Amino acid sequence: MNKIYPSAAKALEGIVKDGQLMAVGGFGLCGIPEALIDALRDSAVKNLVVISNNAGVDGFGLGKLLETRQIKRMISSYVGENKEFERQYLAGELELEFTPQGTLAEKLRAGGAGIPAFFTKTGVGTLVAEGKELREFDGETYVMERSLVPDVALVKAQRADKSGNLQFRYTARNFNPAAAMAGKITIVEVEEIVETGAMEPDQVHLPGIYVHRIVLNANPEKRIEKRTMREKAAA
Amino acid sequence: MGWTQDQMAARAANELQDGFYVNLGIGIPTLVANFVPADMEVWLQSENGMLGIGPFPTEDEVDADLINAGKQTVTTMAGSSIFGSHDSFAMIRGGKINLSILGAMQVSEKGDLANWMIPGKMVKGMGGAMDLVAGVKRVIILMEHVAKKKDGSFDLKILPKCTLPLTGVGVVNRIITDMAVLDVTPEGLKVVELAPEVTREQLQERTGVTLI
Repeated sequence: MNKIYPSAAKALEGIVKDGQLMAVGGFGLCGIPEALIDALRDSAVKNLVVISNNAGVDGFGLGKLLETRQIKRMISSYVGENKEFERQYLAGELELEFTPQGTLAEKLRAGGAGIPAFFTKTGVGTLVAEGKELREFDGETYVMERSLVPDVALVKAQRADKSGNLQFRYTARNFNPAAAMAGKITIVEVEEIVETGAMEPDQVHLPGIYVHRIVLNANPEKRIEKRTMREKAAA
Repeated sequence: MGWTQDQMAARAANELQDGFYVNLGIGIPTLVANFVPADMEVWLQSENGMLGIGPFPTEDEVDADLINAGKQTVTTMAGSSIFGSHDSFAMIRGGKINLSILGAMQVSEKGDLANWMIPGKMVKGMGGAMDLVAGVKRVIILMEHVAKKKDGSFDLKILPKCTLPLTGVGVVNRIITDMAVLDVTPEGLKVVELAPEVTREQLQERTGVTLI
C-alpha cells in the first residue's frame, strides 16, 4: 500500500473537515509539521479543536491558523509566546482548555493505547481538577482524566521508510510519537524518505502501524524561538 | 542586603547530591546549572524529552531540533538520552526525578504553590509545573522574597493562603529567596538560614506569615 503523497495538500485531501479534533505535534516551534500546517491553512477548514502543547508564535506554526480564525478551541499547556492568541482569548473569540503538559501527553498516549481515562495526582486541588472525579489510591488523592482520540494527527519526524516506520531527531521528538499513536488518521511530514528495509528494526522509534500518510518536506524553515549560545573557547 | 540571583542559585546548588536527576524551571532556577560542583554527577532533565542537558551551543553547534523546556538552544553531552514527552512525564509522575527547582508567584505556609496564572491578566499556562510538583519527591522554590513594584512598594509572596490559582497543594518542601532559606514544616515556616546582613525582623516584615 502506498503511504507516500506528493504534497502536503494531497496528504490532507479527503481527510480534513470542519469541526474536527486535531492533534499537532511539536514543542514550541521545535518538531512542528510546517508544511502540513501551511496546507491546513490553505484547505480553509474551520472550527477546529486543536490539541497541541503550544500555539506557535505570531505568524509561524499554529499562529498561522489563529490569524485565519480556523481554530475554535485549543487544548494546550502553555501559550505564552503568542500575542494574537492572548488577544483572541481575552476577547472571548477563542476557547482554551489548559491541560498540564504531562497530562496532555498521557491523554494522547493513552488515547492511542485504547485506555479511555486514567488517574493522576497532577492538578489535584487546582482549577484543573474542578468537576472531575477524584479517587483515593493507597492514601493519595488522584483525579480522573479522559484520554483524547483525535480525528487527525499531524506529526513531524526526521525520517520515514516507505512503510511508515519513523525516526525522530533530538528534542524534535517531543509530542510527536504520542500524537501519532492517538490519531485515527495520522499524517507525517519528514525530511527524508528511505526504502522499506533501509532502517534497522532496532532503530525504529515509532512503528509504521501508526502512520497512514507521509509527505516529504526536505527543507523546513525550523525557526528558533530562543537562540542561546556560549562563546567559543579561544583557540 | 541579601543574596544576588547568582548567589541564590549557588545556595540552591548546595541541595544537589551526586547521582541526582534534577529538573530546573525557567528563570532563576536555570542559573543553578552554572553551580553544579565539578566532581558531582548531576543529570538535568528537560521535560520536552531529554536527560543530560549539555551547555549552550557555540554558534556553529546551534541546532533547531535541540532545545530545552525554556525553548533555548542547548547541546547533548556524554550520557544524554532523548525520549518523547509522554515518557518524560512518566519519569516525572513516576517519582524518578530527585529534585525540582521552580520559580513562584506565591507560596503559602502550608506549601501550596501558585505560579501559572493571573486571572484576567496573564494567560500563559502551567506547562509542566503541575506535573513536576505532583510527581517529584522534593520541590524547592527559588524566587525573590517579595514582588517589587515600579513605585518602590512591594507585594508579599509568602502568604497564609495563595490568592492566585494554585499549581499544587502542599507540594513545596523548601523556599530559597534573596533573603533566606525557609522550610515548610507541619508547625509552619521555619527559618533555616538568613542571607548576609538580613535580620530576622526584616525577614518577618517581608513575610506574610509568622516565621518560626
